[in-house]
Amino acid sequence: MKKWIALFLALTMVFCFAACGKEDTDVKSEGVMTYAEYAAAELDSQVVVETYVQAKQSWWDNKATVYTQDKDGAYFLYNMSCSEADYEKLTPGTKIKVTGYKSEWSGEVEIIDATFEIEDGNYIAPVTDVTALLGKDELAEHQNQFVSFKGMTIEAMDDGVSPFYYSWDNSGQPGTDADLYFNASVNGETYSFVVEYYLCNETTEAYQAVTALQVGDKVDLEGFLYWYNGSQPHITAVSPAK
Amino acid sequence: MSTLWKRIVPLLAALLTAAALGGCHGARSLDAFSVPEAFDLSRSYTITFWAKNDTNKTQTAIYERAIRDFEALYPNIRVNLRLYTDYGKIYNDVITNIATNTTPNVCITYPDHIATYLTGSNVVVPLDELFDDAKYGLGGSELLFDGPAREEIIPKFLGEGVIGGHSYAIPFMRSTEACYVNKTYVEKLGYTLPDVLTWDFIWEVSDAAAQKDADGIYPVNGQKVMIPFIYKSTDNMMIQMLRQKGADYSSEDGGILLFHDGTKSLLQTVAAHVRRGAFSTFKISSDPANVLNAGQCVFAVDSTAGSTWMGSDAPLSDISADKIVRFETAVYPVPQFDPAAPQMISQGPSVCVFNKADPQEVLASWLFAQYLLTNQVQIAYAQTEGYVPVTEKAQSDPAYQAYLHHEGSSDALYYEVKLKAAALLAEHVDDTFVTPVFNGSASLRDAAGQLIESTVKSVKRGETVDDAYFNRLFSDVTALYRLDRGSRPTGGRTEVGPLPATAKRLLAALCAAWVLIGCIFLRQQIKKRRKSSR
Repeated sequence: MKKWIALFLALTMVFCFAACGKEDTDVKSEGVMTYAEYAAAELDSQVVVETYVQAKQSWWDNKATVYTQDKDGAYFLYNMSCSEADYEKLTPGTKIKVTGYKSEWSGEVEIIDATFEIEDGNYIAPVTDVTALLGKDELAEHQNQFVSFKGMTIEAMDDGVSPFYYSWDNSGQPGTDADLYFNASVNGETYSFVVEYYLCNETTEAYQAVTALQVGDKVDLEGFLYWYNGSQPHITAVSPAK
Repeated sequence: MSTLWKRIVPLLAALLTAAALGGCHGARSLDAFSVPEAFDLSRSYTITFWAKNDTNKTQTAIYERAIRDFEALYPNIRVNLRLYTDYGKIYNDVITNIATNTTPNVCITYPDHIATYLTGSNVVVPLDELFDDAKYGLGGSELLFDGPAREEIIPKFLGEGVIGGHSYAIPFMRSTEACYVNKTYVEKLGYTLPDVLTWDFIWEVSDAAAQKDADGIYPVNGQKVMIPFIYKSTDNMMIQMLRQKGADYSSEDGGILLFHDGTKSLLQTVAAHVRRGAFSTFKISSDPANVLNAGQCVFAVDSTAGSTWMGSDAPLSDISADKIVRFETAVYPVPQFDPAAPQMISQGPSVCVFNKADPQEVLASWLFAQYLLTNQVQIAYAQTEGYVPVTEKAQSDPAYQAYLHHEGSSDALYYEVKLKAAALLAEHVDDTFVTPVFNGSASLRDAAGQLIESTVKSVKRGETVDDAYFNRLFSDVTALYRLDRGSRPTGGRTEVGPLPATAKRLLAALCAAWVLIGCIFLRQQIKKRRKSSR
């Protein structure tokens, strides 16, 4: 009997672990790439992925730009064909099957000329703390993912006093669609961050929080790890460092 | 039918007809502007100025300074500045605001865009009368600043604002495109730069630069990335190639002539060099300045107004200092098919004035627009990038001449590449051209660029790019940019031909309704009289 009980418990454990494993990776439909296959695909090749909307940047002229992620990695969808009605359906967590071309623009790996269809399923990616990876090559492995930077110190911009700029060189102005640029340091190194206006405009807490920053403030940041000739995180949340 | 109803029915019919006819004209249009006898200095005016800068804070500062100086001269005029970094966004916002009569007063724009604004009635002020006004016109006697006379504006640039026989824009700055060359790499590849860059030369050198070794390294730069030839604005690329070839693009009256065998031939050449890895575009790969400065490019074509971003010592840069490679930068006009007859596009911001119900407000707007042509604004703004002032008055100013010929300074104001870019345009003003402006010309321009972008993408994706492909591409691009819906010149009277049958039937029905209403009314009056006569 003891042997049977032990065998039963062992089998139960195996099934439990197997189930847990299923939770950790996406099961893809037929003909759909895993994230690993997508990452290995050649630039300019056609890709088909199943992924989940995490945030939307913009819609214009039947084209949508969307931040998406599955359990294994992230996909930035640039100017994907999308009606205005469908754009409304792309709420955070929505599962979509995307067919497009893998491309790279100034270091940002993205899917362009894409179409999509909505599928059953929902997933919100947890935030990944990549503070320790700042300045390291491994940071690129998290490109486009929802990430956080902890314990950052706001540094002055290149004028020596401003905690942030409207547009990269302060050529923008409040009340327009100017992105906000700010610098923050950790472990003695300073990095640049952006509040992308079309992702977080002046009505959002993130935009307002950055315009209230002071040099020397200690903050935690969250956002999407966009790339433009190096990392350029698109920040979606700013809070006092915990 | 009761008497009350009999009275109400004709009235209702009349009101509905009036409303329907009014609806045909959309939002209530403004009266045409005419220049007031005198500018009323006793009143206060607030005007809005929508301006575009090249993401350049010095330009922002110059706009702000110009506004301050102007307001000091005219304390009764307040100018509110709204800044944009994208002509397309200004265009979209203007279109949106035309419908609600909330356009800005003065706006930086392109003539192609004005052509679309002109589809509304009296939306943009024709400037001919203002130009010639003795008191407030160009060089007018009542101006409180030293503005240019009409003959002091470069005629070619002033002519670019003429649409349908009327002037709707004054030029603000002019630029053209330049080819920024990594001369160090050209020579390393065994070539010598010619006096005039030709397409053949650029393609040959680019193909050579695209060779890589067994490890995927490009010998010319020792890197794994090399885009030998990159073009920022592919619409300009196609337009200039067609012009240089003497090939059709559009007719003066808005005919779409872009899609022909000559265009296919140009696209086939582009495709051949993309296959060899020799060419890409801004939209597909990167900003030309970034790859040029990173030593990943030999020929980068961008506006002369982008010159402060070009070269190892560029004052402005989007890439980190550790990625910048040292090389010698040469600045050339865009490549040519016929070196003896160079042709290049004229571009750059113009200014238009929007109509308002109050002619005094329009006059205040015109005064500010004209102030942007003064030497202090023209010279200061031109120095921010590879622009040239649009007036002879500013171009011949000793201060501007001294700036243009300044040598041997490390000051960003005198950045060598920028000075060369400005000089390039100044030397080639007579070789510049613009394309015809009409309602739809902005879409045609986009379509011209799309042909190149699509071809490059398709080659990179390994698609078959042959004659059948180009036929499909022409058809797709025609549909995408709605070029098959016809276009027509704007701003002038045009012969629209006979009324269509449906319109004739509608008008006949309206006439019949009025006749019927009249008959009913007449019948009632006769009945009334009969009753009263009894």
